[in-house]
Amino acid sequence: MNRYQYRRTKNALASCLALACVILALIPLVYILAEVVMKGAPALSWQFLTNRTTGTGEPGEGIGNAIVGTLLLVFYAALIGLPIGILTGVYVSEYGNNKFGTTVRFFNDVLANFPSIVVGLLAYALVVSYLNVGFSLIAGSVALAIIMIPIVANTTEEALRMVPNSLREGALALGVPRWKTVLKVILVNGRAGVVTGALLGIARISGETAPLLLTAFYSNYWSLSPTEPVASLPLTIFRYYSSPSQVLLQQAWGAALVLILMVLALNISVRFLMWSRTGRSKAVRKTWIIRLSRKT
Amino acid sequence: MDYKIVTKDLNAYFGEVHSVKGVGIRIPKNAITAVIGPSGCGKSTLIRCMNRMHEVVRGARVTGKVLLDNRDIYSSQMDPVLVRTKVGMVFQKPNPFPTMSIYDNVVAGLRLNGERDWKKLDSAVERSLKLAALWDEVKNQLDASGVGISGGQQQRLCIARALAVEPEVLLLDEPCSALDPIATAKIEDLLFDLKDKYTIVIVTHNMQQAARVADFTAFMYLGELIEFDVTKKMFEHPEKELTEKYITGRFG
Amino acid sequence: MAVATLSLVLVWLLVLRMVFDAQQSIARFGPGFLTGGIWDTNRDVYGALPFIFGTLLTTGIAVLIGVPLSIGIATYLSELAPPWLRSPLSFVLELLAAVPSVIYGLWAMYALRPVMVKSVEPFLHSILGWTPFFEGDSVGLDKFVAGIILAIMIIPTITSVSKEAMKAVPDSQREAALSLGATRYETTSMAVLSYARSGIFGACILGLGRAVGETMAVTMTIGNSNRISWSLLDPGQTMASLIANNWGEAQGLQLSALIEMGLVLFVIALIVNAFARLMVGRFMKRIPSTGGGL
Repeated sequence: MNRYQYRRTKNALASCLALACVILALIPLVYILAEVVMKGAPALSWQFLTNRTTGTGEPGEGIGNAIVGTLLLVFYAALIGLPIGILTGVYVSEYGNNKFGTTVRFFNDVLANFPSIVVGLLAYALVVSYLNVGFSLIAGSVALAIIMIPIVANTTEEALRMVPNSLREGALALGVPRWKTVLKVILVNGRAGVVTGALLGIARISGETAPLLLTAFYSNYWSLSPTEPVASLPLTIFRYYSSPSQVLLQQAWGAALVLILMVLALNISVRFLMWSRTGRSKAVRKTWIIRLSRKT
Repeated sequence: MDYKIVTKDLNAYFGEVHSVKGVGIRIPKNAITAVIGPSGCGKSTLIRCMNRMHEVVRGARVTGKVLLDNRDIYSSQMDPVLVRTKVGMVFQKPNPFPTMSIYDNVVAGLRLNGERDWKKLDSAVERSLKLAALWDEVKNQLDASGVGISGGQQQRLCIARALAVEPEVLLLDEPCSALDPIATAKIEDLLFDLKDKYTIVIVTHNMQQAARVADFTAFMYLGELIEFDVTKKMFEHPEKELTEKYITGRFG
Repeated sequence: MAVATLSLVLVWLLVLRMVFDAQQSIARFGPGFLTGGIWDTNRDVYGALPFIFGTLLTTGIAVLIGVPLSIGIATYLSELAPPWLRSPLSFVLELLAAVPSVIYGLWAMYALRPVMVKSVEPFLHSILGWTPFFEGDSVGLDKFVAGIILAIMIIPTITSVSKEAMKAVPDSQREAALSLGATRYETTSMAVLSYARSGIFGACILGLGRAVGETMAVTMTIGNSNRISWSLLDPGQTMASLIANNWGEAQGLQLSALIEMGLVLFVIALIVNAFARLMVGRFMKRIPSTGGGL
């Protein structure tokens, strides 16, 4: 084989290899989804969704309190995380063209990829240890909020960046105070980014387990109190996954199915939101993995 | 007269946009041919069809024939890779590889073809850089980064890089538009020396450059080839009215 | 603005609190904590070495497997895929990242593990068993399986950042290579991957950071053994999985030691992530300039 043919073969091989990598990566995804659906579907029933956990494997137990627990955790986390995230995003986008802004942005990026268990430790340090509240719903929410903030801040900032400066300048020229301009800009144009960030953040934190291990712990009871431990879907899966009891194991799969449906629904609706705004789809680019191009 | 490249009813499209319309041009061998015309007339697209670079853009396509030494480069048996080794190109903005040294940049094409003998590579570097009138300036810093030199030098580096694979044709797409007059003059000078061994086609929006450098000139307007002639004749007695209007500056 | 400052300050305060909580352990073991090889609750002796070791091994596997795959995928997405496929494919890959870690662990336990135990690991043992890395038999809960799951989990991260880095390479570079008569593969390798290499490197470090801190999937697959062992087929423990496993009942000195472990993890995560961000950030800023060198 002469050199030229060698190069052509190499080229063809390389293309195949790249495609093979793609397929190889897709296999686990398909496999996981299939397993969760197949093994989790049998567990689904009205009782399953409404009865509380007991962890004993007795018939009649369900994951109702875990579902409620997850919803509560997410709710409080959003309560804390959304305002802080949005404000941070707004600050960095509108006022942050200076050294401090760059620092905040940098820390934000670093925090976005932080090990969730360390975040759990931080929340533990604050709520469980320092404030001495003990394992509790609120501790869990704090941990989740910390995870959520960078995500929301990023998408908010991006959405705001895409708003043309002419809008801001026009408003300022009319004598509108800076903060009002910013408010108007967010409400009108940045809304999509904020919503995307919120949804992405929620999708991400619903599945988090490690921080909850250290903070919200677990509970077999219906609990609405912020200062008591609370059940959650991911932790239910963790508790039951190695159980010898087939009943509990199936419950774990069922919980996994519920959780994954939640997460997928959120992710897909984010994508859908983005597609339906094709003009601004660049503006609302998904960033919960990493945020990249910085042109300060 | 010997023609190196002959196109027959060449049409080029960017999706729906018809950039080059039915062009039949004959590029003389071992001479410099300039292609002039107002912005958007399709001159860059035309030469990009000559080394099958046009089709690289998404949605772009070509119909018609382009004969290089009487062989159609668009025939289905022709591999674009081979065409591009025979027909080299220098672009508007210098684009040396930043991660490579000057030396590595020049021999990049040769290495692709498997050349490993460092003696051959060394001599190729010297030869190419001399042809590109860059040797004296960089011979002591061949290890320096390809982007550590001035814009004019970078462009000459790109010319050297293109020449190193010993193509038969050299296409230049407005090579001096990003350069200052002195760098431009250096490049125009070296083109004179090159035409003995190479067929050169240069796209330029600068008519004076065409008048200075080219043996033949082609005038394009809105995708069509309006006139093609010996440069002196075209500038002094253009045959088409459109050509005359352009040359005298009455539009574009 | 006040909010932003406040949050930053708060985070550092929390770190301080963690140090406070860990002081018992810090006082007792000093720097020897990092080199101590024993973690024994009965004797109240704690050392971090087995877990640093475990983290290194699992992360090593994850990176070894994950990086080539990711670069392959990123190349496909950036250079080879037909335009209509790019967006949906990217989305699907992002879904891979959206799957919660605990579900990965669940799947690994019941779907991946049997495959590993029945076919993959015996195979590896048979051809590589003479190396210290593949000695011994396995029950499928070991560092190797944990490493594989980690690899799958970090692929979206590395792919996404690498893809962005590659897309950022100007087309003029590709044209330069193509016009020299380069094949598609050669163009990608000569013009794109070289140019983007610092960005891709940053992407890999980000993936590494993710692997270091990943907890649940690892906890559920690594077998939870506090012994130091070179064999990948032996169970082990990482820093993160140790904390996850022992948090519930830990008290006193053990709790303090766990928190100290958390601090170590925090520092490592901070350094790795900050470094990665710097690399990627610097690469992105350099793109517009051709005269600036790399």
